[in-house]
Parts: sequence; structure tokens; C-alpha cells
Amino acid sequence: MGDHHHGPAKGLTRWLFTTNHKDIGTMYLWFSFAMFILGGFFAMVIRAELFQPGMQLIDPAFFNQMTTLHGLIMVFGAIMPSFVGLANWLIPMMIGAPDMALPRMNNWSFWILPPTFLLLASTLFMEGGAPAFGWTFYAPLSTTYAPPSVTFFIFSVHVLGLSSIMGSINIIATVMNMRAPGMTYMKMPLFVWTWLITAFLLVAVMPVLAGAVTMMLMDIHFGTSFFSAAGGGDPVLFQHVFWFFGHPEVYIIILPAFGVVSQIIPAFSRKPLFGYDSMVYATASIAFLSFIVWAHHMYTVGMPVAGELFFMYATMLIAVPTGVKVFNWISTMWRGAMSFETPMLFSIGFLVLFTIGGFTGLMLSIAPADFQYHDSYFVVAHFHYVMVAGAVFSMTAAIYFWLPKWCGRMYNETMGKTHFWISFIGFNLAFFPQHFVGLAGMPRRIPDYALQFADFNMMSSIGAFIYGASQILFLYNVIATIVAGEPTSEEKVWDGAEGLEWTLPTPAPYHTFETPPAVK
Amino acid sequence: MGFKAKRLVQAALAPVLLLTSVVCAAAGELSSVNMSPGVTVVGREIYDLHMIILGICVVIGVLVFGVMFYSIIYHRKSRGVTPATFHESTKVEIAWTVVPFIILIAMAVPATTTLLDIYDTDEAELDIIVKGYQWKWKYEYLTEDGDNVAFFSNLRTPQAEIYNVEAKGQNYLLEVDEPLVLPVNTKVRFLVTANDVIHSWWVPQLAVKKDAIPGFINEISTRTADEGVYRGQCSELCGKDHGFMPIVVNVVSKEEYAEWFAGKQAEAAEVNDLMAQTFAMDELMDRGQSVYTRNCLACHGADGEGGVGTAIAGSAIATGDVSGHLEVGINGVPGTAMQAFGGQLNDVDMAAVITYQRNAFGNNMGDLIQPIDVYNYKKGQ
Amino acid sequence: MTSQAATEYEKYYVPEKSKLAVCATIGLILSIFGAASIMNDMTFGDPEESTYSWSIFLIGLFFFMATLFSWFKIAIQENIAGLNSAQLKKSYVLGMFWFIFSEVMFFFAFFGALFYVRTLVGPWLAGDGDGGRMNGILWDGFEYAWPMMQTPQEAVGGATEQLIANNGAFTSAETSMAFADAHAWYAWLPMWNTAVLLTSSLTCHFAHTNILKGDKSKFNLWLGITVGLGIFFLFLQFMEYYEAYELFGLTLNSGIYGSTFFMLTGFHGFHVFMGMTMLLIQLLRSVIGKQFTAEDHFGFEASSWYWHFVDVVWVFLFLFVYIL
Ligand code: HEA
Ligand code: HEA
Ligand code: HEC
Ligand code: CUA
Ligand SMILES: [Cu+2]
Repeated sequence: MGDHHHGPAKGLTRWLFTTNHKDIGTMYLWFSFAMFILGGFFAMVIRAELFQPGMQLIDPAFFNQMTTLHGLIMVFGAIMPSFVGLANWLIPMMIGAPDMALPRMNNWSFWILPPTFLLLASTLFMEGGAPAFGWTFYAPLSTTYAPPSVTFFIFSVHVLGLSSIMGSINIIATVMNMRAPGMTYMKMPLFVWTWLITAFLLVAVMPVLAGAVTMMLMDIHFGTSFFSAAGGGDPVLFQHVFWFFGHPEVYIIILPAFGVVSQIIPAFSRKPLFGYDSMVYATASIAFLSFIVWAHHMYTVGMPVAGELFFMYATMLIAVPTGVKVFNWISTMWRGAMSFETPMLFSIGFLVLFTIGGFTGLMLSIAPADFQYHDSYFVVAHFHYVMVAGAVFSMTAAIYFWLPKWCGRMYNETMGKTHFWISFIGFNLAFFPQHFVGLAGMPRRIPDYALQFADFNMMSSIGAFIYGASQILFLYNVIATIVAGEPTSEEKVWDGAEGLEWTLPTPAPYHTFETPPAVK
Repeated sequence: MGFKAKRLVQAALAPVLLLTSVVCAAAGELSSVNMSPGVTVVGREIYDLHMIILGICVVIGVLVFGVMFYSIIYHRKSRGVTPATFHESTKVEIAWTVVPFIILIAMAVPATTTLLDIYDTDEAELDIIVKGYQWKWKYEYLTEDGDNVAFFSNLRTPQAEIYNVEAKGQNYLLEVDEPLVLPVNTKVRFLVTANDVIHSWWVPQLAVKKDAIPGFINEISTRTADEGVYRGQCSELCGKDHGFMPIVVNVVSKEEYAEWFAGKQAEAAEVNDLMAQTFAMDELMDRGQSVYTRNCLACHGADGEGGVGTAIAGSAIATGDVSGHLEVGINGVPGTAMQAFGGQLNDVDMAAVITYQRNAFGNNMGDLIQPIDVYNYKKGQ
Repeated sequence: MTSQAATEYEKYYVPEKSKLAVCATIGLILSIFGAASIMNDMTFGDPEESTYSWSIFLIGLFFFMATLFSWFKIAIQENIAGLNSAQLKKSYVLGMFWFIFSEVMFFFAFFGALFYVRTLVGPWLAGDGDGGRMNGILWDGFEYAWPMMQTPQEAVGGATEQLIANNGAFTSAETSMAFADAHAWYAWLPMWNTAVLLTSSLTCHFAHTNILKGDKSKFNLWLGITVGLGIFFLFLQFMEYYEAYELFGLTLNSGIYGSTFFMLTGFHGFHVFMGMTMLLIQLLRSVIGKQFTAEDHFGFEASSWYWHFVDVVWVFLFLFVYIL
């Protein structure tokens, strides 16, 4: 015990046994990047098979395993851990805390993940193959008709949930309890706010997901009939429980991204964030609304018309607080003195493309129109606009923005900008045409398609390869920066950046704020 | 921010108009970039609704991005501007909360009316049960006298086209052996359900998409104004061949429909006659092969080598006791993808396919199973 | 970076390296791998083939439990050594609170399922809302009542007559667990269970007031009684399951009634077991370890919150599973 003033331990045990929020944050970030590559690899397999009509590379059963694992790994393995990693790095530094509130548990939350994803990925090699029922695993395809590996999938989800819940409890405790004196709630950086609300969402809905998979487990192995009409249950019950989790989940993915962008845009506009208070209230409203809109994923299951209307109206309402955010960001830029370094480029990319994804979301929320959109590639286009151009772009922006602070070295700006432009073009080429094929009637989750969809699919695949390849550049740039980037020791790496983390030395020392800073 | 707003709006509207006109022009029959207006009143309504929301979103988008790009161009550091310091304004914030809210209400009104039109539950002139199976559709026409007509509709595209051995035909993957036939200008109600997992019955041009949920019935109706052939696909992931269970709807004149329906009823009567007959080996094998190709091949492979299902070639059951084989064929293997085919195939087809499995793929059992054997087995349970 | 605040600032204890997390992970992963394998052997496995599933599961579980044990032990020792600042203690309080909140949401999923089935699915299956078509075409003869004593499958004549393939065979219960003629009131276990659990919440509260007064022996007594009542509850619950299975024909297989009944009471029972164990550990700490003072007894407090939570869940359960 005792002396906190030395640096990290050496060797592997530093990482295995660490309780330091920065180490844990780093591990989360690298882990999520590894998962992004794996999930991205699966996406490349999907896009390669869809390059042309006809079955070329893989068989239909394997194709379904690819979509399922792609969705699961991207959502649970890449995006969520990446933002948890960011939270670990930044929240203590932003609120003036020495570390996270519960450091050992923090380490545990992380270390659960790698073996769990190993287990999940290993289902590919099990008898009957990996789960092939989509990331939404609707019963009874995921119960009565599932391969045996579903049991491993179920337990993986349980443990992932455990990790997320512990991680969130930690974040909540840190934010509520560890703020430096003077750091009132309404002075916290917006990233901290969005994460606090995200953590609340996680604690509220991960247990519901655990409940859903537990019911599946019982139906598969213990003869219950939750999801079987023959016994008085209902397959649609599964969907209600799943989406009660699933819809808040998509805001779990996007809220921290909102936080990131709310830090970066003011920094490069050299102007304070417009409408801080309304940003906070908007985030809270989105979180609240996210609990009462879940059935907009289920317009076609045959709900009574009153339910249909309720969920439609509630969903449409989300456009209001989200709009407030978009307008606030733009007003922040308005009459600022902007410069366009890589983090800012990615943030603007986020802003434009996320808004487009939001618009298609709004279109989807119109129940009668959704009868035509549902389960078509239009939906795929929608959620890649919000998740890839939303979450992934903002995550990328965050890495470029804070990396110099973390490691005391500057990334290569030209390479960063090149990365942005290739990503931006590749992304749009990949996913914009999907709107067209979706509207023209191409269902999602199919390994082969009718001839009229051929051209746009080929375009989409080419775009996907370009976008994927641009990630190599990113990986290279990050590693090159860490190993041999140009050293910088400015406290404020970016002249417009505000916040406690920028008052620390660069690179950020291993232990910070052991005595709390004063906040004006 | 009032200054220059007018010019901005004008600049913004030009591309919108351009875009909408292009899209509208393209939105004829079957567009490859936009939703099809379809051939029903409801379909048209949905299409119009879609265009309205799309238009509103495009306008908002152009305005919002217009402001943003204006700012990006003029408020940049390299132009030597000094940043302003304002960071809130209750007035504008209220405005941009209220205005979108009003826009949403404007969208919700037509959305609600369209929805209520779709949910109209007036009596239909024709009821059809649409039942999803892994991976085919069954259509059952309900008639007053209980003389129902039912048949399965399977993918017709040959494996050779799918696996790129042969050139792909025009309706690649969107063709079936027996389409659903509907009379034109008739209100038809579909009672949609499923036998195993959830499927979804989607025909874009009829603007009908309804999930088929095992154990529940969903209702949706349509009235088609134009004769023609309309194609769709299963749109809920339902397992391996989800991508290979198309829907073809053939809308014909009322007379043609009546004729077709009578023919179907006669066909059913014919099968009844066949039930009582005894068949020779080659008759059974021929019929069996076609039944196998349509119903079993997807899981058991073209050469009985297996896949989702176990191999039939050399299988202990297919080369064992006849009753064991009949049991699996008729009642399936609970808890696996092997369905109970007893309710799907008539006794003649069942007898044929069992005979076929026992005598093809190198299984040389030499025994003949007659429809009466199937009938007796079913009765004996 | 120093400030005036620093002078009166208590240091926040950030533990140095710790093996706990990694050990706990190994134990956890082994045990879930084992548990999943056991279930797969059970459902899909070949009974002839011997597997190591149970060994993996038990080794993992043991390792996991041992790690958790030493984890709590270390945390307690740190507290005794005076390392925990008031602020850190508050972190623990927050942690426990949000943990319990997550448990509430877990039960919420099952209660939600129950309400959905009872108010919507049952009537639909019986033909409500579509002019009886669903019932007429698919589940001819099914009538809905709760508790659902006859599954739709049985209503149409069992698994062979069943129109939906391959969903397994569901039996029906003979007697419902609700208060009904099958029981004399004094033999109706749920009522006794309610009494036992409510009393235990009260005794737990007495223990709390006594520790606040610093009266250790009364604290031990009331806590001991609470633990005893917890064990008694579990015993009664066990009897209840025995009756359900052996006498009333209500099993996990009895359709949705059996499913929801066992799922809710089962998970609740499991939580009672956890809460009881937690309280038992606090009792041992107090009696053997001579720990806890009027000021410092967070371990007990956290366990008692958990206990009250379990109690509240039971009240809902009693209301919606047994009575209404
Ligand atoms: C990061 C994740 C994320 C985010 C943020 C969103 C945001 C939204 N989503 Fe999306 N969604 C997904 C991820 C996400 N979604 C995923 C993964 C699926 C598919 C799941 C699956 O089936 O596999 C899905 C599917 C999905 C569906 C179901 C489609 C179907 O299957 O048929 C619907 C339907 O309502 C929907 C709606 C919305 C809406 C209304 C928003 C809103 O939050 C958007 C709000 C934003 C804006 C509207 C833009 C900005 C606003 C303004 C500029 C103000 C002015 C605007 C107006 C007044 C119009 N989404
Ligand atoms: C946040 C989540 C997330 C992210 C980031 C992505 C990223 C991508 N996704 Fe998606 N996707 C989902 C979440 C996500 N996805 C979900 C939830 C589904 C639904 C699943 C379901 O239906 O159940 C889905 C489904 C889905 C489909 C539909 C499948 C179907 O319905 O049949 C497609 C098809 O194009 C697709 C493509 C892609 C592509 C090309 C990327 C790209 O952005 C990926 C780019 C990344 C890389 C390529 C990896 C890193 C790069 C390298 C390692 C360099 C080497 C690569 C090359 C040289 C090419 N995804
Ligand atoms: C949806 C997929 C699917 C279809 C279609 C299908 N089967 Fe099967 N079949 C299976 C599966 C899966 C099994 C293995 C069941 C098991 O695990 O015992 C199987 C097993 C069998 C067996 C037992 C083989 C053995 O030795 O174990 C026979 C016989 C059989 N099927 C006959 C048929 C016939 C006849 C048809 C068509 C009329 C058919 N199957 C169509 C999936 C299918
Ligand atoms: Cu049937 Cu998809
Ligand atoms: Cu949603």
C-alpha cells in the first residue's frame, strides 16, 4: 500500500493486475480496436459475397453466421468497449479525480471481455456452427431452431452484461462521488454528462437483456414456453424484451459520441459550446424517451393500432432533442474561428452523416411507411449512418484529439486528413446506395439477391473495401505516433481546448489529481 | 442570424427541387432507386407519405447543412476572424425546439390517416391463409363449403443458376413453382402465420408486409387495381435459406381466377383418387424425385449427402425399418429443423418421397411404399 | 494544482496492483463454459459420451468463489486498517445502490413478461380481437384463464395434433398454486412464506437499530433470527416446489403458467439464498471477527438493503403470481 508516486509496473503484470484508470482505458481501447478489425473482417466477407448476384464464396448458413457475429462484435465488442475505454481515460481527468471510484472492479470489468469474445468467436468452430440468427436473435429461430452453440452465446451475453453493469456502476460512482470541489454537475464537461446518462441507461437495460437470454436458455434446455404459442407464450414477447433493451442500447452507443463531438467542436471553433444547459437536458430527454419507443422495431409484428400509434409518436419526438443538439453544434461553429485538423474533420463528418442517418431514422419511425422500409436495406443504411458515421467517426475523432495528450506525441496531420477523406468517400460509397436498394425492395440478411440490385451492391462493396482499407492507415498512424511521433509537451495540445485534462502536463502522468484541483 | 437567411433559403431550395423532380421522374413502375408506388390505393398513400417525409427531411437537411457550410466557409481561422463569445440564447433555443415539434405534427397527421386506412378491417371477399415454412410459403384459400384449396409455393430458380453454373434468368430468385393467384379488384384478406420460425410476407407493390408468427395470426388486406405479376420475398431472417423463399402474386381477371380456382379444386379431387391407387416403382421414383427436389433437397442435399439435415445416403433410418422412416417423414424430429411433413405433403407425395429416399443415392432397399401405407401409418398413431 | 481544499482533503485510497480481477475472470469464464457445456450435454449430447463439463464447472465455480471470498476479505481488512476515506465509503454505498437497481431491472424483465402474457397473449390466443379467427384456425377449443391450466397445445389435443411443428410437448398443471380449494388456508405455503419474509425484514431492521445504538449482542441476536428466517423461507419454498412437482403437476413444462411461476419464484429464491448468505457472513464477522461498530458497519448495511429489496420483490410476487 501507500506510496502512489511511482510509475507503472513493468511487463505483463502491469496490464493484468493494474488498477490504474489510464492503463485500463488503454486496454479497453486496444481491445475494441481488435474487435473492430474482427467485426470489420466479417463485414468484408459479407460484402465480398454480395459483390455479385449468385453464391460465390460462402454458403448461406455461413453467411448468416457472419451477419450475426458482425453485428454482435461491432456493437458489444467494438463500439461499447471503445467508449468505456475513453471514459476510463478521460472522466477522472475531466472531473479532477485521482482515479475511478472502484479501481479493482474496473480492472475486472475489462478482463472479463477478452475471454468472453474468444468464447463467442470460438462458436464458429463448434458443431452446427456459430449463432446464425442475427444480432437481434429472434425466438424461435434462436431457441428451438438454434445450433447448440447458442448456449455459449447466451452465457457470453450474460457475462458481457455483467461487465457493462460493473463498468457503468463504476462510472456513476466516479461522477457522483469523485468530482473535485467546485466541479458542480452543471460545470462538468459534456462528455462526462453524456457518459453519466449512458451509464444509467446501461444499468437499467443490460439486466433486461440478461432476462431475455435467460428465458431463451430456459426454453432451450428446461422445457419452458416463454416464446412458444403452443404453451401459451409468444415469440413476440422475446422481441418486446429484446427491444426494451435494444433501443436504449442504440443511444448507449451514440450518447458518448455526442459527448465527444461536444468537446471537439468548441475546441476547433475556439468558441464555447453553445447551449450547454440545453445539451444536458436534451441528452436526458433522449435517454428518457428511449425507454418508451422500443416497439418501433416491431411495426410489422401485428400490434394493435393504438400501440402502433403510441410508439410512432414517441419515436418521432426523439427528433426534437436530437435536433436541439445538432443546432447547438452548428451554433457553436457559427462565427467561431474554425480550423480543420483531423479531429474536427471527423466531427463535421459525424455531424453531417449522423444527421442524414437521423433523418432516415425519422422516416423509419413513420409506422405506415415502415411497412415498406422494415427489414430492407434501407434500415441497414440507416443504422450504419448513425453507428459507423456516428459512433465510429466520433470515436476516431476522439483518438486523434486526445492521443497527443495521452502519449505526448503528435500524430501525422497529413495522414490523418487523408484517412478522413478516404473514409468519408468510402463510407458514403458503401452505404448510400443501400438506401436505394432498400427502397427498391431488397430485404436485409440475404446472401444472394435479384438481378436488379446488382449494380448498387457492387458499388457498395467497393465502397466498403475502401472504407475498410482506410482503417489500415488509421492503425498505422496511431502506432507510428505512439512509437515515433513528434514529441509535444504543451499542456494545451490544441489552442482552443478547454477543460481540466488540458491543465495536466503532456503526456499525462500515470497518476493525476491525487489532490483535487480547484475549479472556478 | 436573420441576415442572409433569405438568400440561404433560396439557394437551399434549388437542389431540393432538382432532386425531387429527378426522383419523381424515376418513380414510375419499378424504380431501382426509390420505393414503388405499387398497384394499390394504400400503396400509393404510403408512397406519397414517403415522398412527403423525404422531402421535408431534405429541406431541413439543406437548410441545416447550408448554415453549417456557410459558417465553415466564412468563419474560419485562416480568414483571420476573431471568434465570437456568445454561448446561449433562450429565444433561438425555444424556437428550434418548437419549430421541429410543429413539423413533426405536420408529418404525424398524414401518417396517422394512412395507418388507419391500412388497419381497416372491413369484411373481405376472399380469405387466404398465408403460412411460412422453412423455406417456402403455403397458401390456403378458405371457402365457405370447407372445400379449401391449399398448395405450397417453392423457389423455382435452379441451383445451377444460384451457383453460377448457368446464366441467371430474368427473374432470378424471384420465381416460384406455383404463384399465389388473386382476382383483380377484390378485397383479399391474408391471414398470415407460420409453421416454424418467424417469416415475413412482403410484396412491395402490394404494400403488404406482415410478420408470420408461429401460433398467431396476423391480418392484412389488399385490393389490387391492376392485373399483373408482383414479386416479393420473405423479409424476416428465418434461417439458412431466408434469401431463397420468394413470393409471386399473379393478379388476374375475375373470370380467369374462377377458372383457375375450379382447376385447383379438380386437381385436389384427382389426388384423392390417386390415394386409392397402387403405383409401380418407376412412377413412385419419378414423383418422389420431384417431391424431394422441392421439399427435401434444401436440407438433405442434391445427392442425399446432407447439410442442415443429416445425410440420407446410407442413413440408418432411410435404410432401416419402413415405419421408422415414415415416422420421421410424417412427424419430423421435434426440436430440430426436420419438420413434420405429414401435414404438408399428401399421402401420394409422401409415399413417393419415402420410396425415393429408400432407393436413391445408393440406398438400395428395393421396397415400395404405397399411399395406403402412409394412410395406415397416420391412422395407426 | 494544490488548493485550499487540499488541506482538509482525505486521500482517496487507490489500491496498487491486484490479482483479484484476473483470478475472478478465470473462475467466471471456466464456470460459464462448464455450465453451458453441461446444458448442451443434457439437451444435444450423446449420453454415452463422457465429458468434463461438470469438472470444469465445479473447478471454475470454486475458483470464482475463493476469489470473491478473498476479495471481500481484503476489502474488509483495508477498511479495518483505516485506509477507507469517507469518500471511498460513499463510493461503496453508490456501488451497492446501483447494483440493487440493476437487480430491480432484472426482475422487471420477468414481471413485464408476466404482465404481457397475462393481459395480451392469453386473450389473443383465445381469439380476442380478431373475431375468433386465431382461435378457430389455430387453437380450436382453447379458452383463456389465468392461471392457465390448459395450454393451447393441450386444448387442441396434444403435441401430435398440434399445428405448430417442433415446439416440444407442453403438459398442463393439475392444480394452480394460487389460493384455492385445493388447500386449506393454513396449508397454503405462500402465505406463510410472506409472513416469514416480512418478519425477517423487520428483524433485520431491529438488528440495524441495535447496531446504531452500539448494542452488539442484541444486534447479533436479531441478525441471527433474520438469517434463521431466511433459511426457513428457503425450506418452505423447497416444500412448495416439491408440492408443485409431485402433487399438483405444475412443472417447468406446464406451459406459460409453469414457466413464469418457476422463473419468478426461482430467481427470487436464488436471491433470497444470496441475501441470506450475505447476512450470514455479516453475522460471522460480527460474532467471530468481533467487527462492526455503531459508526462503521457498511457490510451489514449493504446486505440489509439487499435483504429489504428481496423482500419487496416477494411482495410483488405474492401479489401477481399467487393472488391476482
Ligand atoms: C447509434 C445508433 C442509432 C441511433 C442514434 C438511431 C437513431 C434513430 N433511429 Fe435507429 N436504428 C439503429 C441504430 C440507431 N438509430 C439500429 C442499429 C437499428 C436496426 C436494428 C436492427 O434491426 O438490426 C435501427 C432501426 C431503427 C428503426 C426500425 C426500423 C425497422 O427495422 O423497420 C427505427 C424506426 O423507427 C429507427 C428510428 C430511429 C430514430 C427516429 C432515431 C432518432 O434518434 C434520430 C434523431 C435525429 C434526427 C431526426 C436528425 C437531427 C435532427 C434535426 C436536424 C432536427 C430537425 C428534424 C426534424 C424535425 C425532422 N431506427
Ligand atoms: C457499430 C456497429 C457496426 C459497425 C462499425 C459496422 C461496420 C460495417 N458494417 Fe455492419 N452491421 C451492424 C453494425 C455495424 N456495422 C449491425 C448491428 C448489423 C446487423 C446485423 C444483423 O443483421 O443481425 C450490420 C449489418 C451489416 C450488413 C448487412 C448484412 C445483412 O443484412 O445481410 C452489411 C452489409 O453490407 C454491413 C457492412 C458493414 C461494413 C462494410 C462496415 C465497415 O464499416 C467495417 C469497416 C472495418 C473494417 C474493414 C475493419 C478494419 C480494417 C482492416 C482490418 C483493414 C483491412 C481491410 C481491408 C483491406 C478491406 N453490416
Ligand atoms: C428444414 C430442413 C429439412 C427439410 C426441408 C427436410 N429435412 Fe429431413 N432432416 C432435417 C434434419 C435437421 C434432420 C436431422 C434430425 C435429427 O437430428 O435427428 C433430418 C433427418 C431426416 C431423416 C432421418 C435421417 C437419419 O438417418 O437421421 C429423414 C429420413 C428425413 N429427414 C427425411 C426428410 C424428408 C422425406 C424430407 C422432405 C419431404 C425432409 N427430410 C426435409 C432437416 C430437414
Ligand atoms: Cu422466411 Cu425469411
Ligand atoms: Cu430503436
